[in-house]
Amino acid sequence: MVGLLIMDELNNLLQGFAVALTLPNIGFMLIGIFLGVLIGVLPGLGGANGVAILLPLTFGMSPTSAIIMLSCIYWGALFGGAITSILFNIPGEPWSVATTFDGYPMAQKGKAAQALTAAFTSSFVGAFVAVLMVTFLAPVVAKFALNFGPPEFFAVQLLTFASFIGMSKEPPVKTLLAMMLGFALAAVGLDSVTGTLRMTYGQESLLKGFDFLIAVIGLFGIGEILLTMEEGLAFKGQKGRISLKDVIETWKELPKYWATSVRACLIGCWMGVTPGGATPASFMSYGTAKRISKQPENFGKGAIEGVIAPETAAHAAGTSALLPMLTLGIPGSPTAAVLLGGLLIWGLQPGPLLFTEQKDFVWGLIASMYLGNIVGLIVVLTTVPWWAAILRIPFSIIAPVIVVICAVGAYTVHNSMLDVVLMLVFGLMGYAFKKLKYPLAPLVLALVLGDMAETSFRQSMLISKGSLEIFVSTPLAGSITCLALIMLVWPLLGLFKKLNRG
Amino acid sequence: MKTDSHLQMRWMELLVAACFLGVSLLVITDSLRVGNAWGTDGPEPGYFPFYIGCLLFGGAAWIILQTLWAWKQDDGKEVFAEKHEFNLMLLMLVPSAIFTAAIFVLGIYLASLVFVAAFMVWQGKYSYFKSIAVGTSISAVLFSFFEVWFKLPLPKGFIETWLGY
Repeated sequence: MVGLLIMDELNNLLQGFAVALTLPNIGFMLIGIFLGVLIGVLPGLGGANGVAILLPLTFGMSPTSAIIMLSCIYWGALFGGAITSILFNIPGEPWSVATTFDGYPMAQKGKAAQALTAAFTSSFVGAFVAVLMVTFLAPVVAKFALNFGPPEFFAVQLLTFASFIGMSKEPPVKTLLAMMLGFALAAVGLDSVTGTLRMTYGQESLLKGFDFLIAVIGLFGIGEILLTMEEGLAFKGQKGRISLKDVIETWKELPKYWATSVRACLIGCWMGVTPGGATPASFMSYGTAKRISKQPENFGKGAIEGVIAPETAAHAAGTSALLPMLTLGIPGSPTAAVLLGGLLIWGLQPGPLLFTEQKDFVWGLIASMYLGNIVGLIVVLTTVPWWAAILRIPFSIIAPVIVVICAVGAYTVHNSMLDVVLMLVFGLMGYAFKKLKYPLAPLVLALVLGDMAETSFRQSMLISKGSLEIFVSTPLAGSITCLALIMLVWPLLGLFKKLNRG
Repeated sequence: MKTDSHLQMRWMELLVAACFLGVSLLVITDSLRVGNAWGTDGPEPGYFPFYIGCLLFGGAAWIILQTLWAWKQDDGKEVFAEKHEFNLMLLMLVPSAIFTAAIFVLGIYLASLVFVAAFMVWQGKYSYFKSIAVGTSISAVLFSFFEVWFKLPLPKGFIETWLGY
């Protein structure tokens, strides 16, 4: 039975490869990887807002080609973040912050090539393991989720948001506030159930509500540029060039660290599926590797394990974030949220039915995840010096260009200038939020999922005639709700402990 | 005690929390307007947002109380941003805002050209020639990418009409 199931998936996967391996799709894959690395290297442009900016360009493409290109941008951005971390000590992406701890010291010691090879290879390993998991687990989860009714869906969404509060590094109250702001913004405009106008306060332009793509471009793009400007960055980097010899020598050394890799993969996959995302995964993995290591004193001074652990976990998390997005329609990271928005725009309903109704799309995407990561690994290993050269372009040129790109991206979402103005407002908000430690990811996710969460909540309420008991009425919904509640009170437990001690 | 050389964290904390409080009031009032109760055919449109508004209100109030509670203890020592840092941020924000306003008048291509070139001259101390060259090429790339290749029209101004595009 199990063997049969696996055969089935392999068959589907082969068909997916047939879809992904057509000439135009390989072309889109390459374009995606190159754009992605570029986005990952440039400050202010990252996976989430990079994909958001490029999303309008794909409106005319077939959904399969579009998702292949956009997901490859995502992989590229994940790879690109490591380059700036190791060579310039500037994390191009939040998830590569932990890579700077040991990557930059390695580069300073003249071991940049080893650090980069280790980073790229472990990224690849992390992503590969996660794709394997997606291949075999996603259809199972999707089949399981076919039985979900509104209460179960709401319970899963509750779990998503509760785990943000329970697991975030930021103060729980601020996580809650950011999230609720997302929900509030999502509710603005026409209510899809009753057709009532909500919170528009007579402004006709608010009729269609706030688009999360604009929020993503502003919060992550403009906000990041403002922060970078404030730090007055002068890019001083180490030289990076990788020869074949470096690669082979590093590869010979890597199998020694298999245990670190396995742990990092597990952490990454777990954090990606539950909406922890790549950034906390990389920190957690770094911390674990340091705690378990026999020579923890080497960490921070250029230990190769300190590069392997966060990079593997970040990629595993970034990739596995697509599993809940595809099967349940719940993205595990802001970038996955943007991809989900893409699905909706292309007219595909994410969720369990996707696996039965849009086979070509799903399996084409999964196959492109394998191919994209292989292509990505080869591309970054061979082209590092170019990307490093891009970072030597002074900030006084890069900064206005990125603002222009963000403005164009925001405009093309709805061809509306109001969106460009909103983008600036979101940018200022992103700047203030970052400084005051309000997390951005829950805001974006709530903005994307707001309507869906509200609909499933209201449908459940209709079924139960207004009783909240429905969320514990079936064993499935009940156990998910319980898990969510545990996540919610998690921070309180910590508080009690502190009070007891104090 | 030097408090004038930096923006204090506690004031920014209050400011942002006050904004949240304001938003929560907007959400709650509107939810009450459209109805937050149980209608004849199910929950009214304000049902869900009402609770969102309440949570927003509670959270913001909590932050405000927390900040006021620690007011004396903090004594303005925690830094949101040094003055010169904040000014650097404004040096990016204000030109970006002017750029956005300029798009309305000049269209995005000319506005981008001017914005990039002006920023380079002003912040990077580049020569006029170099700055205008970079600005022009950025606009040209944008134009060929969007207008020609992807056929996505971007906002245009009088220059484009004058050139007959």
